[in-house]
Amino acid sequence: MSELLKVEHLHKEFDKNVVIKDMDLTVKKGEVVVIIGPSGCGKSTFLRCLNGLEEIQGGSITVDGSLVEPKKKDIIKIRQKVGMVFQSYELFPHKTVLDNIILAPMKVQKRNKAEVTKEALELLEKVGLSEKKNFYPRQLSGGQKQRVAIVRALCMHPEVLLFDEVTAALDPEMVHEVLETMIELAKSGSTMLIVTHEMAFARAIADRIVFLDQGEIVEETDKVKEFFDHPQTERAQKFLKTFTFDE
Amino acid sequence: MDIKVLIDYLPLYKEALLLTLKIGWLGILAALVIGIAGAAILHFKIPVLKQIFGVYIEIFRNTPLLVQLFFIYFALPKIGIKISAEMCGVLGLGLLGGAYMIETFRSGLESIAKIQTESALSLGMTKGQVLVHIILPQALSISVPGILANLIFLLKETSVFSTISLMDLMFTAKDLIGMYAKTIECLFMLVVFYLIMLLPVSIIGSIIERRVRYAEFGD
Repeated sequence: MSELLKVEHLHKEFDKNVVIKDMDLTVKKGEVVVIIGPSGCGKSTFLRCLNGLEEIQGGSITVDGSLVEPKKKDIIKIRQKVGMVFQSYELFPHKTVLDNIILAPMKVQKRNKAEVTKEALELLEKVGLSEKKNFYPRQLSGGQKQRVAIVRALCMHPEVLLFDEVTAALDPEMVHEVLETMIELAKSGSTMLIVTHEMAFARAIADRIVFLDQGEIVEETDKVKEFFDHPQTERAQKFLKTFTFDE
Repeated sequence: MDIKVLIDYLPLYKEALLLTLKIGWLGILAALVIGIAGAAILHFKIPVLKQIFGVYIEIFRNTPLLVQLFFIYFALPKIGIKISAEMCGVLGLGLLGGAYMIETFRSGLESIAKIQTESALSLGMTKGQVLVHIILPQALSISVPGILANLIFLLKETSVFSTISLMDLMFTAKDLIGMYAKTIECLFMLVVFYLIMLLPVSIIGSIIERRVRYAEFGD
């Protein structure tokens, strides 16, 4: 499998405050990489660097052979290859579900409206929301909004999808429907980078686990089940312990 | 109250209304243009212009329109800048309204969370596309109630024009009272004509306000 995303010696700081230090990561086509770690460890910032929402202070990020540089014009092309789904959905509140989805394919990729609409409806059908196509975001539940946000990202045909704690703002009963959608995506061969606090989900979907703490990769393994049952490092052990309770 | 007097004065009031409307709407148009340009300058923090607009807003929001008009109409000619009374009215109203409109448009722009921009950028949109398709539509609809309040406020402020001898509604009423002492009739017509001018703005405004509610946030 070919390398889709390559991060080398990534260094990121906010006003001298180092958030990510000397990080390396490679993601191959079709791989599902789950990034876990305590709050403030740099997970979300790391994702935001990957599509150029954050400037980096050192190292390099390459997507499908092109360098991610937020200030360069090329960033527009790279962002089309890197879809992103946010914790707070970030649908456009003044547009209907369908218009949310077809806006960027039409304006950015200059695709034909009829063709994009057809694809959007097919994707909505897949996530069980085709009857909501003319609704406004405020009329949807959190879980529905998040599935629309996933469809919106998919409709751009990205090479890789970034998920930034996409279930963190959801009620428990809605978490499931969103995670199901993501598991379907993983099965269909999508390349995904997922930041999550849902450990059972991470265990189910991940091809590889990356455990991040204080801006560095502490543990990285493709033996996913083994990681959750017997983490190698002390820091990972301590972190995973916070998800269990003594009876 | 003498109905005959009312009918006699009607043409004079009609003329005054038309003049008030003309100057009022020209001034408001100027205010909207200044407002949008100024809000963009402040929002995108364009250097130098930002400071100039900051000073301008403070001067015009913190002095009465009457004082501004007197300054433009009576003081500026002393240094060689002579402006007609009508032009002075448009200018005064435009500059005062502009200062208020800037703040109204700006609060709309600023109420849109940064992450909306990021979510649009992450779909590959350019900054211009984000502004046109995502930020402006939301910001404008949030600004609508404020814009309407400004419109009504500015149209009412036109009553100050009488002090620079513009023959607006207020001037006509005062003039007629001075000449014929039909105080009740003149003031009654004054109230009615202001209502004729402003009620449609209020009513159409609240219809527009309801129409743009769709852009509101909330789950």
